[in-house]
Amino acid sequence: MLGDPRIRIVVTCGSGGVGKTTTAAALAVRAAEQGRRTVVLTIDPARRLANSMGLTELDNTPREVNGVDVSAGGRLDAMMLDMKRTFDEVVESHATPERARQILANPFYQALSSSFAGTQEYMAMEKLGQLRQRDDWDLIVVDTPPSRSALDFLDAPERLGSFLDGRLIRLLSAPARAGGRAYLRVFSVGMSMLTSVATRILGGELLRDVQTFVSALDTMFGGFRERADETYALLKRPETAFVVVAIPQPDALREASYFVERLEADGMPLSGLVLNRVHASGAGGISEDETRAGVERLASRREHRLTAGLLRIHAERLTLAGQDQRLAERFTAAHPLVPVARVPALAGDIHDLAGLRHMGQLLID
Amino acid sequence: MVSMDERHWEGVRLHVVTGKGGTGKTTVAAALALALAAGGRKVLLVEVEERQGLAQLFDVPPLPYDERKLAVAPSGGDVYGLAVDAHAAMNEYLEMYYHLGRAGRVLDRMGVIDFATTIAPGLRDVLLTGKTYEVARRTAGGHPVYDAVVLDAPPTGRITRFLNVTAAVSSLARVGPVNRHARLTMDLIRSPQTAVHVVTLLEEMPVQETLDSIDDLRNAAIPVGAVVVNQVREQYLTNRDLLAARKARLDRDTIRTGLAAAGLPATDTAVEQLVIEAAEHAERVDLEAEQRALIDKAGRPVYQLPRVAAGIDLTALYELAEALAGQGAA
Repeated sequence: MLGDPRIRIVVTCGSGGVGKTTTAAALAVRAAEQGRRTVVLTIDPARRLANSMGLTELDNTPREVNGVDVSAGGRLDAMMLDMKRTFDEVVESHATPERARQILANPFYQALSSSFAGTQEYMAMEKLGQLRQRDDWDLIVVDTPPSRSALDFLDAPERLGSFLDGRLIRLLSAPARAGGRAYLRVFSVGMSMLTSVATRILGGELLRDVQTFVSALDTMFGGFRERADETYALLKRPETAFVVVAIPQPDALREASYFVERLEADGMPLSGLVLNRVHASGAGGISEDETRAGVERLASRREHRLTAGLLRIHAERLTLAGQDQRLAERFTAAHPLVPVARVPALAGDIHDLAGLRHMGQLLID
Repeated sequence: MVSMDERHWEGVRLHVVTGKGGTGKTTVAAALALALAAGGRKVLLVEVEERQGLAQLFDVPPLPYDERKLAVAPSGGDVYGLAVDAHAAMNEYLEMYYHLGRAGRVLDRMGVIDFATTIAPGLRDVLLTGKTYEVARRTAGGHPVYDAVVLDAPPTGRITRFLNVTAAVSSLARVGPVNRHARLTMDLIRSPQTAVHVVTLLEEMPVQETLDSIDDLRNAAIPVGAVVVNQVREQYLTNRDLLAARKARLDRDTIRTGLAAAGLPATDTAVEQLVIEAAEHAERVDLEAEQRALIDKAGRPVYQLPRVAAGIDLTALYELAEALAGQGAA
């Protein structure tokens, strides 16, 4: 996948705490060292991982990562998503300078552009679209936001887009313009009720903010939805590869299954599942049953405490490995066509390039 | 270490449980609810992430937007469960305070409810915390309906933003009833009746997030409860053996004799594998000790829960509940 010049976008997705960001970074390092000009877009990296890639500023600017082996002709740039800045840029590029100023100063816009409710996902998609358009890189690796559900990455932009372009916001701005004439009366009734309820509940100020925001946004109608749709279409193209990340735990794998099914349903190109932190059971050792029997036999004796301890460590590993194996098999039984790359559980966390390189190696093996 | 009969959270009615994804916060929240219910009390376990984690954990059908009995606690006592969904909470809110009836359904059709629950910044969190406030403060005949409420809250990365509801609405609704309700909820969250417990594993990233969230919560004047260290490994080797294990210098002959005594094949392969595994084990033990020292610096009570090798079921939850109670959590 990484070496295939037809693949231009890799998206890592999955539930929180499974190692999405690390996986994205490891894939990016590997691709760069194989000679591809690569950029990795991270959303919310752990501090030490960010530092290892020289990501100290949240400034939306891809910067070259030092220490990557560029002898094969590749390079690696990395950037952290600044959600609010990206939103501001969308506004600035679509509105006259004066309108843009009005929008950026609006309290409702400020709340909307810095909240997590879908904005982060929308802006991650937006940024991806921008990077792709620049065409400065052979490969773009995108990490996805830590959402409630992995599906949010696919759904939130659409949700925000249809809200911003939707009839509710049109109603708020100019009721008479909404829909066809047949709906007009219903809408005006709805509108006056809406206004009175919203004023009662939220206070008139918010409503005024929303209305000012919406009328300032007038010129951009259509833009948001359209952009969200365009990026969504980009994700469906064969140049994109989705990598679903999970760990061998029921919740994470359930989430991964939902995502895989959704990708299939939407005709999106799935490259495979990365199963992180898998406990391995080393070949040729003593079996779990034998080990447990051995522990039993030594339990009553006072000597051989070292061996008893070692056998218990061994037994615990085998138990974990057995559980991981069963969960992995269950996933494969449900999704027989999805390739699974297993990354063994490492003793420590990854926070340097050497660690990322090592993980990249494991991913490809 | 705390004494066996000391209880740390006397007077706390709202227990909020957070933690990085994958640390087991739902499991810990459930175990805490069982522990708090022990001895004939009534505890409500609330989830707000719309993933039906409680139903899966207790192996019951998906929970509706309604309080259902999930389990009976040791020596009497009931744990109820509630899965709050923002959409239903919004409808309920409108009905409760504005008696909108049919008008509410029109609003729903027009996308107003969707707007409020999925897009409007912060409103969703206000609805979810607001519902939690309602159940925590609900009374019948002058007495609280629930002795305690345990909230399986969003993960550490979002917890402060989630609980800091007044900050969320103040940028939106500066006056009006929503603002007033948010302030009431905030008063409860900031009061000594609330404790936010953070679940972690002894690994770098979860511990880092735990410490960061404790700082954030303190800065937001939200009371931090305990740190729960989940999935703690048993100590299998003596400190001296660990030292040798780290350098793969364990005495092979001793192991070989031990294997023979255990009736196992004492082959070189078997011995070497045990030595390698012991070295990895020792490396982890060291990392865990480092992380534990960092947690201790936060100055909060720390509870340890054992790793449950066989997977979490009701029996395991009872064991974890007992472990929590034994350390002063309930």
